[in-house]
Amino acid sequence: MSIWVDNNTKLVVQGITGREGQFHTLQCKAYGTNVVAGVTPGKAGQNVEGIPVFNTVAQAVKEAGANASMVFVPPPFCADAILESIDAEIPLIVAITEGIPVMDMMKVKNYLKGSKSRLIGPNCPGIITPGQAKIGIMPGPIHKPGPVGIVSRSGTLTYEAVYQIMRFGVGQSTCVGIGGDPVNGTNFIDCLSAFQNDPETKAIIMVGEIGGSAEEEAADFIKQNVTKPVVGFVAGATAPPGRRMGHAGAIISGSSGTAQGKMAAMKAAGIAVVENLGLLGDVAQEVFKDVI
Amino acid sequence: MKIHEYQAKELFQKYGVPTPRGKAAFAVDEAKAIAKELGTLPVVVKAQIHAGGRGKGGGVKIAKTEAEVEQYANQILGMTLVTHQTGPEGRLVKRLLVEEGLPIEKELYLSLLPDRDTASIVIMASEAGGMDIEEVAEATPEKIIKVFVNPLLGFQAYEARQLAYGLNMEPEVVKAFIPMINKLYKLTVEYDCSLVEINPLVILSDKRVVALDAKVTFDDNAMYRHKDIQAYRDLEEEDPFEVEASKYNINYIKLPGGNIGNMVNGAGLAMATMDVIQLAGGQPANFLDVGGGASAEQVENGLRIILSDSAVKGVLINIFGGILRCDILATGVVQAAKNVEIKVPLIIRMEGTNVDQGRKILEESGLKITVAKDLADAAQKVSAVAKA
Repeated sequence: MSIWVDNNTKLVVQGITGREGQFHTLQCKAYGTNVVAGVTPGKAGQNVEGIPVFNTVAQAVKEAGANASMVFVPPPFCADAILESIDAEIPLIVAITEGIPVMDMMKVKNYLKGSKSRLIGPNCPGIITPGQAKIGIMPGPIHKPGPVGIVSRSGTLTYEAVYQIMRFGVGQSTCVGIGGDPVNGTNFIDCLSAFQNDPETKAIIMVGEIGGSAEEEAADFIKQNVTKPVVGFVAGATAPPGRRMGHAGAIISGSSGTAQGKMAAMKAAGIAVVENLGLLGDVAQEVFKDVI
Repeated sequence: MKIHEYQAKELFQKYGVPTPRGKAAFAVDEAKAIAKELGTLPVVVKAQIHAGGRGKGGGVKIAKTEAEVEQYANQILGMTLVTHQTGPEGRLVKRLLVEEGLPIEKELYLSLLPDRDTASIVIMASEAGGMDIEEVAEATPEKIIKVFVNPLLGFQAYEARQLAYGLNMEPEVVKAFIPMINKLYKLTVEYDCSLVEINPLVILSDKRVVALDAKVTFDDNAMYRHKDIQAYRDLEEEDPFEVEASKYNINYIKLPGGNIGNMVNGAGLAMATMDVIQLAGGQPANFLDVGGGASAEQVENGLRIILSDSAVKGVLINIFGGILRCDILATGVVQAAKNVEIKVPLIIRMEGTNVDQGRKILEESGLKITVAKDLADAAQKVSAVAKA
């Protein structure tokens, strides 16, 4: 078991003929993901190493049975690409693209409400269920199947978390990068709730960063609803207020969104908060030892 | 991206949002000429820098005579203005805004910005104008009215009424306010603003509503569709190291008071690495995300920018190779070492894609580099450098 992505995933890649899109499509395929189609408007009939290309997502669903999409479309056209997948009722949309304007994402977010789709990202590494399928740009070989669910706002911090628990031989059920943008699809709570309900996930690592209040809300949710042990980390304790730290969403506004505030909320909810990233694996090993 | 007040007011005028009559001046003579052209007294002389709190810092003066215009323009132009937003080093004033003084009856607060939690455009308004809105929110939150506009529906008439009546406006003022707030909403959306703030928005004795101040910032992700706004960029308001880094598409932020430089891939890992440096007893000198698709040239330029800061006593490079392969990173570091003199200790922690090739390139380069086996080890090595 796992969440959202598994052996039944049939992937369509939007923007498959671009340089990045093509490279990562083949990486996903090599990992074992069932990539059934690609979409690039105007390039129907072509193929990328045997993967058929369609003009529209609707065609990819109809002809190839796609049930998930990975979006590599450049920022000016990306919101449109996501809307197209929502309209085609794709159950899982994973948007890797970084740099989509906030105004565009706000419209997407409102259009998602009441739709049949779940959006992961944008500006994220994607999602991987080790040993089954990956939709995204994370390096596959660092993972292995196991009991820990990981959710993170940052790509490389997710890899770091995976690497550190792997030193103790601990694998992952599913890892989800929810992305570093201020307005995104799936949030911490969606992932925590899914991990709580997934029998194969025995423990959870939650990696946050400065900006917004998603970590505080997640902490509140954990207190009420999550019985599995959670280890948490928040990046940006040394970040100055008012500056965007790389990610569009990583900004302390006034006195809200600080790492200190988030860590305090998480500790109060019973989460084992690691302050020094170098010790994440050791702490997880200690906290999870009874369940894994 | 930030712009100056006078530029924000130009944008307001483009949309028909009333502002005081006025113009930007770069010299004292120019300021005098503008005051004369306005043909009215008093006039207000305002320092133009990318930071708030200018009034308290002495950067805003009301001139009652022509002589005072000259006096204040002289005083403010070239002054180092220190406000709570500039830091103790302050900001050199190179531009002024000279505008007409107006008979103010009441000061209000108004702002429009995208709200990340609700994915809507929030319009905030308060009768407590002219004050720091964060303080108002803390002390008397009931004095702030908020309207959340669904971007798919757009700004509705009833939402405008909620604001107007919430602000206890007289009927004549409502008539002036409603078209104005509609124009401001249009501007916010069309120009991808991350903030439009008017503090104060003033009601005049003749019941006109005017934006006495204007602060507008833009979503960097959307600048590709606003070429006209890019022309407003004032490089002198930005850190020279950051301007240099932006030429190479490197995400760099200078941090005051730091002594340990760092270069990392990924924004989250970069922040976490800064935190690790501080926990190890050092002070991070910068944030630098080389990004996923970094080339050897970008790595070299990043390292050069970090090392050009004389306060840097050591550099930690922390790379988790995903898309960015460790061999590319190592090649960039070796290339940089050939072109830039590296006088401070260099600590490298690498993991992930092609890590063995990367380590081999570093070993065979003959460079004096300390390789850390993991992040905890890197922290210890940083600690030694910071305390040296």
